[in-house]
Amino acid sequence: MATAVVDEAKTPDVPLSDAVVVRFAGDSGDGMQLTGGQFTLSSALAGNDFATFPDFPAEIRAPQGTLFGVSAFQINFGSSEIDTAGDAPDVLVAMNPAALKTNVPALKPGGLIIADEGEFNDRNLAKAKYESNPLEDGSLAKWQLLKLNISQATLDAVKPFGLGNKEALRCKNMWTLGLALWMFDRDRQPLIDWLKAKFAKAPELADANIAALNAGHAYGETAELAGPLKQHHVPAAPAEPGLYRTLTGAEAIALGLVAGAQLAELPIFFGGYPITPASAILHHLSRLKEYDVTTFQAEDEIAAICAAIGASYGGSLGVTSSSGPGIALKGEAMGLAIMTELPLVIVNSQRGGPSTGLPTKTEQSDLYQAVYGRNGDAPMPVIAARSPADAFECAIEACRIAVQYMTPVMLLTDGYIANAAEPWHVPDLMAYERFPVQFLTEVPEGGFKPYGRDEKLARPWVKPGTPGLLHRIGGIEKEVDTGHINYAPANHQAMTDIRKAKIDGVKVPDQGVELGAEGGKLAIVGWGSTFGPIHQAVRRKRAEGKDVSHVHIRHIWPLPANLGELLKSYDKVIVPEMNTGQLKTVLRDQYLVDARPLNKVSGQPFTIAEIEAAIEEAFQ
Amino acid sequence: MNEMTTIAKTTLKDWESDQEVRWCPGCGDYAILKAVQRTMPDIGTAPENTVFISGIGCSSRFPYYMETYGFHTIHGRAPAFATGLKLANPDLDIWIVTGDGDGLSIGGNHTMHLLRRNLDCQIMLFNNEIYGLTKGQYSPTSRVGTTTPSTPFGSVDRPAQPCAFALGAGARFVARGFDVSKELPNVLKAAHAHKGAAFIEIFQNCIVYNKDVFQDFAAPKGAEDRQLWLQNGEPMLFAKGTKGITLDKDALELKVVDVVDGDWKAAGVIVHDVTNRSVAHMLVEMRFGEFPMALGVLYDDPRPSFEADVVRQNAAAREGKTADLQGLLKKGQTWTVKEGGPEL
Repeated sequence: MATAVVDEAKTPDVPLSDAVVVRFAGDSGDGMQLTGGQFTLSSALAGNDFATFPDFPAEIRAPQGTLFGVSAFQINFGSSEIDTAGDAPDVLVAMNPAALKTNVPALKPGGLIIADEGEFNDRNLAKAKYESNPLEDGSLAKWQLLKLNISQATLDAVKPFGLGNKEALRCKNMWTLGLALWMFDRDRQPLIDWLKAKFAKAPELADANIAALNAGHAYGETAELAGPLKQHHVPAAPAEPGLYRTLTGAEAIALGLVAGAQLAELPIFFGGYPITPASAILHHLSRLKEYDVTTFQAEDEIAAICAAIGASYGGSLGVTSSSGPGIALKGEAMGLAIMTELPLVIVNSQRGGPSTGLPTKTEQSDLYQAVYGRNGDAPMPVIAARSPADAFECAIEACRIAVQYMTPVMLLTDGYIANAAEPWHVPDLMAYERFPVQFLTEVPEGGFKPYGRDEKLARPWVKPGTPGLLHRIGGIEKEVDTGHINYAPANHQAMTDIRKAKIDGVKVPDQGVELGAEGGKLAIVGWGSTFGPIHQAVRRKRAEGKDVSHVHIRHIWPLPANLGELLKSYDKVIVPEMNTGQLKTVLRDQYLVDARPLNKVSGQPFTIAEIEAAIEEAFQ
Repeated sequence: MNEMTTIAKTTLKDWESDQEVRWCPGCGDYAILKAVQRTMPDIGTAPENTVFISGIGCSSRFPYYMETYGFHTIHGRAPAFATGLKLANPDLDIWIVTGDGDGLSIGGNHTMHLLRRNLDCQIMLFNNEIYGLTKGQYSPTSRVGTTTPSTPFGSVDRPAQPCAFALGAGARFVARGFDVSKELPNVLKAAHAHKGAAFIEIFQNCIVYNKDVFQDFAAPKGAEDRQLWLQNGEPMLFAKGTKGITLDKDALELKVVDVVDGDWKAAGVIVHDVTNRSVAHMLVEMRFGEFPMALGVLYDDPRPSFEADVVRQNAAAREGKTADLQGLLKKGQTWTVKEGGPEL
């Protein structure tokens, strides 16, 4: 590990901070996601490690100023390893009363509120259901409060560019970002370049936004001495030397699928249907045609998976993607892919359920659905990504298992991973093992058996169009070897056993320990996006001398061969999950271990403090 | 892409699989199977490039009996599988086999979208106006009053009209035939010759649960009077040329006219133009009884097919670009961490 060296001489008067959590909150139309995204980029360029959490409403254009129309973006950045978007913000930027009301309870005591007082008029206060103005009535006394008329300051800054009032006010987010960049001692130039590129066709908008950005920054410089506004410098985090970029989970999955298909030397066919929060994967892939990608927006979720299976039958790597409700619709087709033993990758970007549930909020409650959610004995490998960067690796792994074992594979991610960004050390693709697919093209010795098997129990993959290997497949039970329809009792027993043995036999790496040791007093066992808070909590408690370890499971099905022994080597096992205890149940069932649940289903990720409290309790 | 090669001549036997056919004795499906197997050599494609895809139902067992590639999928979804397969390999010759329940009830949505997209394939919808495989419940094409185990007092809902549905969904080829008709091979050939989605409604006699419901027009006796076989460029005549179809210009609808001494022009009989969409809409709506049953190719006016357009767009999007995945991973705003810290 190389340690980044910060030129402290450059900013001698700026106090240093290890890590800071900033939350930008405003109306859906205030551009908070964009502000957060650009602030994230500036954090990356400053060499900070970071994690982000976009938190936006399900409504596309919620009525302005309402509590349910608030959109927020939280970023945690620091000079040491950052695994979560942070528990409680240090700084809250509230662009209107509704944003203040919904976000201020999470702010650290003593934290800084920056509020746009220009928006705290009677009308907006009433919409936010405030009886008196919180900026005036002393109700925010436990925090530091900085009232700024950002709206007016923005209007003044962009006046020379002759924009209408509405368009001028759209630059508010850039004014705010300018102030934030000043607060954390950041370079404005990359953002100015980005604005020029974004508004290349409307230079007056670029100029106005840049003017607002500069005005916000200048405000910080001039107003520093008075009031609570202070500049902080967060030094760069130590990182391995190399090339980095920011990566969201949706991007990671799209790139990982393309990489997986290339390693398999297959064209990729993606069948999708719009659904939050999975659509971004379809959007990313649809722009990557030159990588032998065909995307198909189907008429419904069922058609999306069926088309993907049809494409796999034709020799492409079929992929489909959805979120819980859509995955439920795809269940019957997954059974067909299991029965016909065709490769397929199914990506589930989990969200709050059941039913429509919480479309834009995160949850991990589809584990049962992934492992068990089909009719009949229908085993299927399941992999869960822990972070955006990890999603890239998991997507490749899903492709590998699908083609090597001729099976559908489910890749679990969630709304948090899909939208969150983190720094990504760009990998060298040459370092990945290739797994080129060999289609069967002629009759093998001993004759062609459509349901004959190799050492992995995978059946041959034959593309229609191949002479001499004509055969029929389908969802009715198939005879061992020949693949003919066969309802005989012994045959169904044999085929069910084979399907199970094939998936049980999928080779997955042994389970390691992320932090701590094999064996000991307590293991915190997680999966998916709970990685961050578990990791930080375990690190902190270990620093206090507690014998606690972090185990994080990627291969949900089949589970790693050594997992049972590993779990039994701890006195206690706690399984934090954003559901009511699904992995916990699977672990108890598979290993008869006394895995204890720690559950949260509020649509929000775990905080570090919540995991710490559970560890603390376990030691009492 | 497969190379262009001379396709070896085949015979009916080459298209028969070794699987025992398991429909009820006397089922209309046997006749359709034979018609297809007999037609394939004339069409002149290679069995290995031919794929039969079906959903669920009696008709959907069809692929097992064809010596081609075959995929017996799930209920109603055959069009979606066909779409993925055709996009993966546009050279394949794809036939979808479905029924009135499979294609118009549980799978109506997919049938509609396949037709509007105009995927190049043939869709044979076997219409027997009943659910056979589940033992005789009424189907979306059953006539009002059909008494079945699930409708002991007769069905109440009005039936769907498959050809009207297809045309309404945007089909560019719509044809009709029936199981034992000698004309069925010609209809199949026309469907295959059409580039794009070709929809064929085939009336099929379910001898167990809905016996002889099509006898009123399909029975050989009196067929001349009850069947209107449409031929492109020919007048719409039936009853040995003594009757024809004309347009009632006041009511703007079709009507039957008597043709005296073969002078169909004088009677105003319409000459069938398979590309006339307006007339096609009237033909698919023609009520049997008042009119003869319109059979043959009702409409045939090709448009570019879906998979051809997708291939074209993909090729255009790929033009001048190289598939440098490593380069793609590095795309966007990046920074380098050196021993001394990050830089742009």
